[in-house]
Amino acid sequence: MSGVLVICEERAGRIGRTSWEALTAGQRLNDAVTAVVIGAQTESLAAEVAARPLGKVIRVEHTLLAPYTGDGFTLALEQLIRAEKPDYVVFPHTYQVRDYAPALAARFGQSLIGDVIGMAEGPVFARQLMQGRLHGQYRPSGNGPCFLSVQAGAFPAEAAGAAAGAASPAISNFAPTLDAAQIRTRPGEPFRESAQTVDLGSAQRIVSVGRGIKDAANLPLVQDLAAALGAELAASRPICDAGWLPMERQVGSSGQTVAPRLYVAVGISGAIQHLVGMKGSQCIVAINKDVEAPIFEVADYGISGDLFEVVPALTEALKAAQ
Amino acid sequence: MKILVAIKQVPERDAPVRIGASGKWIEEADLQFALNEPDAYALEEALQLKDKHGGEVVAVSAGPERVGSTLREALAKGADRAIHIVCDDLGERDALGVARLLAGAIKPEDPDLVLTGLQSEDLGHGQTGVIVAELLGLPHATLILHVEKTETGIKAKREMEEGWFQFIETSTPAVLTMQSGGNKLRYATLMGIKRAKTKEMRQIAAAELGADATPTAVLESIVLPQKKKSTQMLSGSPKEAAAALVEKLKAEARVL
Repeated sequence: MSGVLVICEERAGRIGRTSWEALTAGQRLNDAVTAVVIGAQTESLAAEVAARPLGKVIRVEHTLLAPYTGDGFTLALEQLIRAEKPDYVVFPHTYQVRDYAPALAARFGQSLIGDVIGMAEGPVFARQLMQGRLHGQYRPSGNGPCFLSVQAGAFPAEAAGAAAGAASPAISNFAPTLDAAQIRTRPGEPFRESAQTVDLGSAQRIVSVGRGIKDAANLPLVQDLAAALGAELAASRPICDAGWLPMERQVGSSGQTVAPRLYVAVGISGAIQHLVGMKGSQCIVAINKDVEAPIFEVADYGISGDLFEVVPALTEALKAAQ
Repeated sequence: MKILVAIKQVPERDAPVRIGASGKWIEEADLQFALNEPDAYALEEALQLKDKHGGEVVAVSAGPERVGSTLREALAKGADRAIHIVCDDLGERDALGVARLLAGAIKPEDPDLVLTGLQSEDLGHGQTGVIVAELLGLPHATLILHVEKTETGIKAKREMEEGWFQFIETSTPAVLTMQSGGNKLRYATLMGIKRAKTKEMRQIAAAELGADATPTAVLESIVLPQKKKSTQMLSGSPKEAAAALVEKLKAEARVL
């Protein structure tokens, strides 16, 4: 066949949101989209995804496919792709996909075009370079299937122009041949370090600080601003990596996802790992010395200047306005 | 334990990047380069494993002549020797093409462990380590914060999304891609910098490795991002800009 395989990922027993977005991306490439659900028990996932008008749904099922292992998923999907011969294989760009999709693509002599944020005629796929400062346009030129993963939020989750009353897609099974000896890693149960004591997700206002603050000794500057705003204090990853603020205050793909009414980004350049965690905020303010920093692409209001001057001035202005 | 650490030289974090004349790559003429930060964490973990268990740490990097300075930095921090894959067309190769070079140089070294950062700060593919494992036929794990040696291999702490972690065990040899933040990075000491000058740095021409350089994903052009939102920039002195912002947040955005 030709067409598009979209590999859907399970999140807490359901199809994850970025998988719906990947299905939308797949449908923009070609009408003949096959949704693939994979695991040890895929019946309910298949039923869930079949609610969408699609070409068909394939259940790739094997007891060795839970819990997730890179080896298990790579072997099973390699067999499926050899059988289906798609033109495109589309993934949601998740931690799990990053763990196995590059190896799977390499098995077909292909390079995954990862973290795609848009597509144009050709097709040409856009992805970010240089921490989001530039965009690169990639054209697939291989003679095997083209593998791509799409960034969270880059495509709508809802199907465009879904024909009402369209027939449900047929669901079929694919049983990969897997042997326990082929699975070389032993994953443990997921755990959390400690009970989360800060729920940034429900905060109405957040002041978030990044590398621009330069030193832990400068943190009172943003703490004062947060106090003046009645806001929670948060940070981008490097601040938590350095131990200046606890990990639970981290916003971004490896931390919390937030959507407050007001998000003030101080000295944060806006790498994509941070943006995915906060771009749903209602009003975004960015304070950064670099006027070309990607944070200004998502900001509603920006001040390009030295945060060591701007932040105290803002704290004073807020106090005066109260 | 013999550990190979694959590192990359990337433009400095705050360097002003401009699109080059070809429109296919950045203008490198005035750029300063530095060690890719996630790779610095991979090197740190390797050096800590060596501190605990002994063995050898070998840094490997692909790129033009300038990459030698970043390898020298790794030697100054404590790596025992370095391998420089001399390659002037790194930017034209895709992730698979670069991984082929690294795997070609690593394979004859027969290491117990291969560590690399989870992604580069310039291209950000986040694929190199996983593909190197595939090409070498080794097990791998990604987004690793810490590595412990076990009797049969290693046990690694892996970061998952939204604040979750897991331990993952595998036999060695294995390939791990390291997340940042697991360790405190060391600085090179003066003694280390002095010693680095006498350590072995072997050059291998990319052509010697016979790796296929033809990309299956061609970077056709580089463009400036198009703004999706219209950002209102508030100008004036810090005091004026701050006052203007408070007014906007009150009257326009209505979030105060």
